[in-house]
Amino acid sequence: MPDKKILLEVKDLKTHFPIRKGVLNRTVGFVKAVDGVSFSVQRGSTLGLVGESGCGKTTVGRTLLRLIPASSGEVTFDGQDILSCPMGQMKPLRSRMQMMFQDPYGSLNPRMTVEDIVGEGLTVHGIARGKQRRDRVSEILEQVGLSRRYADRFPHEFSGGQRQRIGIARALAVNPEFIVCDEPVSALDVSIQSQIVNLLQDLQEKLGLTYLFIAHDLAVVEHISEWIAVMYLGRIVEYASRDELYSNPIHPYTKSLLSAIPHPDPQKKHARIVLKGEVPSPANPPRGCHFHPRCPWAEQACKINDQKLEIKADHHLAACWKADKIGRQ
Amino acid sequence: MSEHEILLSVQNLSTHFFTQQGIAKAVQEVSFDIPDGHMTALVGESGCGKSVTSLSILRLIPDPPGKIVGGKILFKGQNLLELSEHRMRAIRGNDIAMIFQEPMTSLNPVFTIGNQIVEAISLHQGIKGNAAWDMAIDMLTKVGIADPARRVQEYPHQLSGGMRQRAMIAMALSCSPSLLIADEPTTALDVTIQAQILELLKKLQNENRMSILLITHDLGVVAETAQTVVVMYASRVVEKADVQSLFGSPRHPYTQGLLRSLPRLGQRRKRLDVIGGSVPNPVAFPSGCKFHPRCPIGAKDPHCQACEPPLQEVQPGHAVACWYAEGYRR
Repeated sequence: MPDKKILLEVKDLKTHFPIRKGVLNRTVGFVKAVDGVSFSVQRGSTLGLVGESGCGKTTVGRTLLRLIPASSGEVTFDGQDILSCPMGQMKPLRSRMQMMFQDPYGSLNPRMTVEDIVGEGLTVHGIARGKQRRDRVSEILEQVGLSRRYADRFPHEFSGGQRQRIGIARALAVNPEFIVCDEPVSALDVSIQSQIVNLLQDLQEKLGLTYLFIAHDLAVVEHISEWIAVMYLGRIVEYASRDELYSNPIHPYTKSLLSAIPHPDPQKKHARIVLKGEVPSPANPPRGCHFHPRCPWAEQACKINDQKLEIKADHHLAACWKADKIGRQ
Repeated sequence: MSEHEILLSVQNLSTHFFTQQGIAKAVQEVSFDIPDGHMTALVGESGCGKSVTSLSILRLIPDPPGKIVGGKILFKGQNLLELSEHRMRAIRGNDIAMIFQEPMTSLNPVFTIGNQIVEAISLHQGIKGNAAWDMAIDMLTKVGIADPARRVQEYPHQLSGGMRQRAMIAMALSCSPSLLIADEPTTALDVTIQAQILELLKKLQNENRMSILLITHDLGVVAETAQTVVVMYASRVVEKADVQSLFGSPRHPYTQGLLRSLPRLGQRRKRLDVIGGSVPNPVAFPSGCKFHPRCPIGAKDPHCQACEPPLQEVQPGHAVACWYAEGYRR
């Protein structure tokens, strides 16, 4: 990757949740939510992480911030190993890495005022208090397009889009460098979505933020990200620059995902690959390539051999050995 | 549209909710027709009244606080609002069926899928026992559920989201309704599953010559499936047209703004266009044209702020409610 410095690097990250059963609560298996994921994010850029529900994209985001313990792997943030960092020393790192959530209703405490919600991080990290804190909160509220008069109100007084702005303000309060955006626009109305997407882009430009943008909407991801990783069942199946991924998708899953999106244009008729079946359970993933039971191009070898991410073109990795044969269909 | 008979005609429907905060005029003077065998889409953002419209058609508005305060709903010529509750029950689920957004909350968790489908069949068609069960298995096969003989014995929690929605569709179609109301049928589903369900609905519609009223906020889904589109904003219909002219030449500033604000695959822009402001609260709608505070023209125009434009046909089959729309006679 060219000159831009890498801010976050993830190597072979695994997050497995034990399945416990019976009176003795014995572990009978593992849900392999994240099963060997590697990627890196450059400073000041956006990596889009796309996939369907249950593919592990949210778990990746949470594991990076150590909200969920990782099973194995390595996460390096600005040269510092995060996973082996003792919990007591995580606090200074946490102010540099923040998170935004999908549900603007569930993610704000209904009993706290906007000032307390946005300012809590400032108090916890000892950045500001009293008058100073109030000034900082007002400043951030204005930065995200809310009036400073809102500081004394409660979350229920706001619409979904405004609440999401409060969520952004909370994340920004402690001057982070890196923000995990977990489906920040999917719960919003169409006319509000574009407002929030533009706001995120403006803030990135102004503050030099780095985003990990988790979403299932490929059109939004195309708009906001420079790099895109497509996940399926705990693994990254394709990883490429935006231009590469959208003009030349290689993996059959990416191809079908792109073809499944309905276009808001009745003139446009496009060939659609309708996948059979559903996403298998991550507790019991299929052998070989995880995608083979749904893949229209699968053959015997796909059922046996695991697929690794391999370089297929410039700025383009995919985990499919048949990629060259499927080609540009 | 003239070659098609009108199956359902909603005329000047108004549904209000009488709440402690005031009267929420959720639906006001809504009119549209559903031709026989057509897929009609009702589009709008949350709180615009699209779901209340569909519940009004089936008379499922909780009363109190809700009440249908005016209008007619003509289904095959008879006004549903004048029927007795007894007659209405015979129509619900039989002539007009409905499927909902979240199949988990609309299926009963303590009964098997089969039980619930058989209930509909025996209630409306008088078929009982094994014959009804065979029919249920038949329906599950039709909606593409693998191994239906086993699935029929399973409970909703044992099925995945996409399969539950298929089971809901099987139940809704078990009495061969002439109208299916689908309220955000794919919103809770993943794109690859959404594609499956939409294909299925289209296929079943053609096979059974059924009309569908599709309620959605997703303009992509509308463009790919519907023939006619009704756009609602803040309790009113602001534009209605066939799908080609609505997407090709939208006339209302709201529809135009909505289409411009969508990020589209393969069309890269530096910034997205935006409709400013937020969706108004039904208890306190703005005066005049309800879109005026967010409209590039209406925000400055006193006429828009004072007078509400009625829906007017500006071209055969294309109606719009905006003083400044092309072809609108003031």
